[in-house]
Amino acid sequence: MATVTLSAVGKTYAGGVDAVRDVNVDIKDGEFVVLVGPSGCGKSTLLRMVAGLETVTHGEIRIGDRVVNTLDPADRDIAMVFQNYALYPHMSVRDNMAYGLKNRRTPKDEITRRVDEAARMLELAPYLDRKPRALSGGQRQRVAMGRAIVRQPSAFLFDEPLSNLDAKLRVSMRGEIRRLQKRLGTTSLYVTHDQLEAMTLADRLIVLRDGAVEQIGAPLDVYRRPASSFVAAFIGSPAMSLLDARVADGRVWVGEHAVAPATVPAGEVTLGLRAEDLRIAADGALPMRVDYVEELGAQRIIHGFVEGQQIAVTETGADSLPSDLRLAVDPGALHLFDVATGRRMDEAAAQPARELA
Amino acid sequence: MRGLVKAGAATPQKRVQFDRPLTPWLFLAPQLAVVVIFFYWPSVQAVVSSFYIEDPFGFGSTFVGMENYTNALTDTRYQATAAFTAFFCVVVTALSLGIGLLLAVKADKVIRGAGPYKTVLISVYAIAPPVAGLIGMMIFDQHIGPMTALFGFFGRDLQVGVNYWDTTIAVTTISVWKQIPYNFIFFLSGLQTVPVSVREAALIDARSGWRRFRDIVLPLLAPTAFFLLIINITYAMFDTFAIFDVVVKDKPANNPMTLVYKVYLDGFKGNDIGGSSAQSVILMLVVAALTVVQFRFLERRVHYG
Repeated sequence: MATVTLSAVGKTYAGGVDAVRDVNVDIKDGEFVVLVGPSGCGKSTLLRMVAGLETVTHGEIRIGDRVVNTLDPADRDIAMVFQNYALYPHMSVRDNMAYGLKNRRTPKDEITRRVDEAARMLELAPYLDRKPRALSGGQRQRVAMGRAIVRQPSAFLFDEPLSNLDAKLRVSMRGEIRRLQKRLGTTSLYVTHDQLEAMTLADRLIVLRDGAVEQIGAPLDVYRRPASSFVAAFIGSPAMSLLDARVADGRVWVGEHAVAPATVPAGEVTLGLRAEDLRIAADGALPMRVDYVEELGAQRIIHGFVEGQQIAVTETGADSLPSDLRLAVDPGALHLFDVATGRRMDEAAAQPARELA
Repeated sequence: MRGLVKAGAATPQKRVQFDRPLTPWLFLAPQLAVVVIFFYWPSVQAVVSSFYIEDPFGFGSTFVGMENYTNALTDTRYQATAAFTAFFCVVVTALSLGIGLLLAVKADKVIRGAGPYKTVLISVYAIAPPVAGLIGMMIFDQHIGPMTALFGFFGRDLQVGVNYWDTTIAVTTISVWKQIPYNFIFFLSGLQTVPVSVREAALIDARSGWRRFRDIVLPLLAPTAFFLLIINITYAMFDTFAIFDVVVKDKPANNPMTLVYKVYLDGFKGNDIGGSSAQSVILMLVVAALTVVQFRFLERRVHYG
């Protein structure tokens, strides 16, 4: 168990491309931190730098109180779970799990004890003598986790471990990973591009964009107060609707429609509205033309246009809808973003990367 | 194409069916003819003539039963040649596999200039065995050969074609040199099929590069190595014929040679068709036995991912 500290960490490739820029994070002992972002944002590169599979070109990575920048992966006391499991195809499940321990000169009976315990925890006991090719995808994934668990490392690193599984298995494995991590209390760094996975697993989220940190915070804080229009659009499903708007006379306007009062300086802004913060009401401020409806069972998502701009609304009704609606907006539910920088404009924007325990 | 009827959508496999039973045989005929004329016919001829003693001038032949076989097997020179062939096979196979693997492992790690480096290593493979033999003979030449000079520097007077063991050194060196690129190509492509993530997982599990190679990479290369083992033994036994021919031809008789070369010498130089045929039948049996052993016992221990 240990903390993982990244100080001004950066990665510049030989061609001068910055894959990761100036990342500062303190991961507490036992914390589950999820790196999330679209593909190509540098999240995997960052994880692989912590693992030692990529060199660190700027800054410092500490695991516990050791600077690990130049240590071999095997000396960093980490265990990694790969996207395609990376099991050794010629070894039995038992040998796959034991290999790392054997190389660390762990006593034989200790290895047996740990492997058996991990197998029991992951319900792999009946498969210990099988080769990976005789296992299903979910079982292989559990072997990969078992290989990490038996090592009892300072930190677990997960590189999109669930993306090769089907949707149903992914949900159950997500729960399993969360349960295991809580039970073992091992510091974990988890990479995913799936915002739902990120929201449900994380103690803390790190949203990355183009190699730089966009926002760090607890999942709900990131959801409720996105630090930028990028985070707003990335976290949450359906995505937050972003409208071109302007502030004048102390109010926010979309086209000719005053939406709600605002305290920010007058001028052009990007207005963010969560689908669940909008209500269909006869006296609503915004006129909406309905485009299509997604039925999800418990609720439905209505997609349409306000002043020619895309917007989504969720509601629980089941009646058929007229083609034109009016939407009411809760004044407390407005998210205003700077048009040029995309940063949040109200008071919370001053401390977007606030550390929350 | 009237005889061809494509199977309908009802059968999922794309199977071509013929409405006349003779048509497929027509398609097979050229290939079958080649196999029969150039493989089965001579084989049967060899087996038949191994039971006869043929008159050197072609005036008929006499049935002698197993005499050709007993003669060959009890002949001390035949036994010596067999022993040398076994020794030669083991040394050539071990060296060319070992060096090929070493070069492939090293080339796999080269990132800058990998293309030219690999091309240089592979290019030797394009040389035909007789040419390789000739180049080898130049290198081992008594008067101008640099290898002779090198051995001379270390105080050994290298006499290829005269001294039994000196000739062995020369033939072995040339044969290994010729076969390394072949093994190199296969090992290199074998190495590239080891998934990157598996190597990375090993990087986290084991600090020592040698251990990672021994425990992870080598077992995953086993199918490639098994295939190459068979190919290399076959090469050492048969395909080195041309190299022996260049090195040993017109030299004193005490030079080493493989069983195949002895078959050729006894049959075509010695005009002992019957004895030579008996030797080639023995060789056939040895190869068949070797193949069975290899597939029955070795393949079981080889992991096929």
